[in-house]
Amino acid sequence: MDKETTLLNESQAPFAGSGEVPYDRYGDTSAGIALGDGDFQINFGPQHPATHGVLHLVITLNGETIKKVEPHLGYIHRSIEKMCESLTYRQFIYVTSRMDYLSAHINNHACALAVEKGLQVEVPARAQVIRVLMDELTRIASHELWWGAMAMDLGAFTPFFHAFRERESINDIMEETCGARLTMNYMVPGGVMHDLHPNFQKRVKEFLQLYKRKIHEYDELVTGNVIFQNRMKGVGYLSAEDAIAYGVSGPSARGSGVSSDIRKLYPYEIYDKLEFDEVLETAGDSFARYMVRINEMHQSIRIIEQLIDNIPEGDFQAKTKNVLKLPKGDFYTRVETARGELGLYIVSEGGNTPYRIKFRSPGFSNLSVLDHMARGSKIGDLVAMMGTLDLVIPDIDR
Amino acid sequence: MWSFSQIANGIHEWLSKTFNPTWTLIIEMVLAGVAVIGLFAVLGLILVIMERKVSAWIQIRLGPNRVGPKGLMQSMADTVKLMVKEGLTPTGADRIMFNVAPIIAMIVAMLLLAPIAFAKNFQLWDLNIGVLYVSCVSSLMVISVLMAGWSSNNKYSLLGAMRSGAQIVSYELSAGLSILTIIVFVGDLQVSKIIASQETGWWIFKGHIPAIIAFITFLIAVTAETNRAPFDLAEAESELTAGFHTEYSGMKFALFFLAEYVNVFIVCAIGATLFLGGWMPFHISNWTGFNHVMDYIPSSVWFFGKTFFLIFVIMWFRWTFPRLRIDQLLNLEWKYLLPISMVNLLIATLMAIMGWHF
Repeated sequence: MDKETTLLNESQAPFAGSGEVPYDRYGDTSAGIALGDGDFQINFGPQHPATHGVLHLVITLNGETIKKVEPHLGYIHRSIEKMCESLTYRQFIYVTSRMDYLSAHINNHACALAVEKGLQVEVPARAQVIRVLMDELTRIASHELWWGAMAMDLGAFTPFFHAFRERESINDIMEETCGARLTMNYMVPGGVMHDLHPNFQKRVKEFLQLYKRKIHEYDELVTGNVIFQNRMKGVGYLSAEDAIAYGVSGPSARGSGVSSDIRKLYPYEIYDKLEFDEVLETAGDSFARYMVRINEMHQSIRIIEQLIDNIPEGDFQAKTKNVLKLPKGDFYTRVETARGELGLYIVSEGGNTPYRIKFRSPGFSNLSVLDHMARGSKIGDLVAMMGTLDLVIPDIDR
Repeated sequence: MWSFSQIANGIHEWLSKTFNPTWTLIIEMVLAGVAVIGLFAVLGLILVIMERKVSAWIQIRLGPNRVGPKGLMQSMADTVKLMVKEGLTPTGADRIMFNVAPIIAMIVAMLLLAPIAFAKNFQLWDLNIGVLYVSCVSSLMVISVLMAGWSSNNKYSLLGAMRSGAQIVSYELSAGLSILTIIVFVGDLQVSKIIASQETGWWIFKGHIPAIIAFITFLIAVTAETNRAPFDLAEAESELTAGFHTEYSGMKFALFFLAEYVNVFIVCAIGATLFLGGWMPFHISNWTGFNHVMDYIPSSVWFFGKTFFLIFVIMWFRWTFPRLRIDQLLNLEWKYLLPISMVNLLIATLMAIMGWHF
């Protein structure tokens, strides 16, 4: 009994990991953490409505109170990093659309930037503007989906449909210009694959109008709702120190007051010439993370409004060789996806395929903080926390 | 005028002439039972299609529109699907309890249909403790939920059942107290007398502020009692997959599903009877012409109109609000609704003693 008690205490301590951590990968209680009186373990996923994919959490519960959350990964691991090693620098970009499928453009953008960095290609001004426009449209679409899905996690079904109404018009724009609605492949090393569709500006302006006409519904339906605020405020607290320690990035970190917007800190493309604010909230709870994302949509709208009438004329792609060969060396780029910092590290041996590729995906680090946040709260809160962390499982598993 | 009561009386007279009194009673009981089963099924079908259409309307979609005209036969198709599905019993489940639980849910819902006055003089059983009977029998509902959750041998089901137990037992109190407010005004528990007392005006108008507070408390409490969103913690799709009926499939699941909808109908019917005058038409004193026009609308239309309005309100709740957390749910009941309804009952009693209501 004594031994069991110490095991439990050790595993409950923050940053448990030094020495012998009692851990069993199948969630078997006999060899895993000791369960106290009235404790039980429950498998949350991999098939569960609230995990939005195949995330598997083994939750140790006492009644409704969470004692421990263990994410078990690997259900949708496609070894994208290994696949990239056998694909050329033109080919591997297409695989990355399948990582964080809600910000496919931004993933592609990171890859294109890394290859351009290695080749030292200057991207034409028109391509830069198009890329930023696509990134921001993607960000809005991603946040729309997050908003609807998070409200659904909290038991409100209607916002999902309201969110999809606006997201649909972005998807239409993407379909026209990139030929795909979800896993878009538009950015290539040196610029974008082909020029914008003639309707692009008109459609984007229509979308901006629609968005402005409908955005007040978001606040009326969800943000101002007293049940929603009670479910969000003071729940899932994450301090700025913990956010940094766990490597949380993106809106989840900015909800805790950690300035982490790559677009501001390490500007790429034309972000340093644009006027937009880094949205920061200091409360650190679920509601702060919620407000960061809502306000980020407004900032993305601001960026689009600045650019949509000022797309410069010129080439949409720089002249590059048919077979791209990166010089020997290491190349690292980072971009701000809708979920946080996406880092891409390429080690090149001088050939036409990368020697090694490593993605630093935002979802993986953001998921790691879930156990720390969820301990002591109820199951309903866990779902709300997962909602505000905006987890995309293929991004975590790759 | 043509009404249900005339049909019922006609049948009764014909039966009395043809058979001796014992057989008449037995045949009438069987007829009533068949009517209840029929009503149970029909209400289930109607309410399911209504819920789907209401949710579609709120969510900017069309809803079911393929089966039959405007998709109205959709719930028939669903029923057929559920009937031909295999009703699984999990290996580790307590077989008897597992299979009995949905039947109890159905029986409770059917028993509750007995004292409801669907139209003028049209009631299965006008017992003298009608409202008390309803509150007693409706609290049996929790037994089926607890049985289902406990016997499923599934942790999600167990959590859902325990939540449901805590929730239904708590919200019974407010629902009971808000019903008592009206009973204090009326001075009788019999459903027909409660309706008769509202001939001069519905209690929501006659009872001043206490009646309105009681009405709102009643609506919140019965929404929680029937496990409807925003109080659907027993099912809590995004938390507990399907809560207490996670392991149920086929017709066993359908019985829970139907019982839920019939329960919604019953609580709304009780609400309409107590607060909105049951089948009583809407009258404004002194407006004789207007009152005559109102009288021409059949009493069954009045009753079902009021009931379906309340059902619509409860559906509206479901498709608008996020779900509460279990501790917030219990806080709402024990810290807010219960004290409010107790004070409200005291005020109502004072009003009844002093004769301050109309």
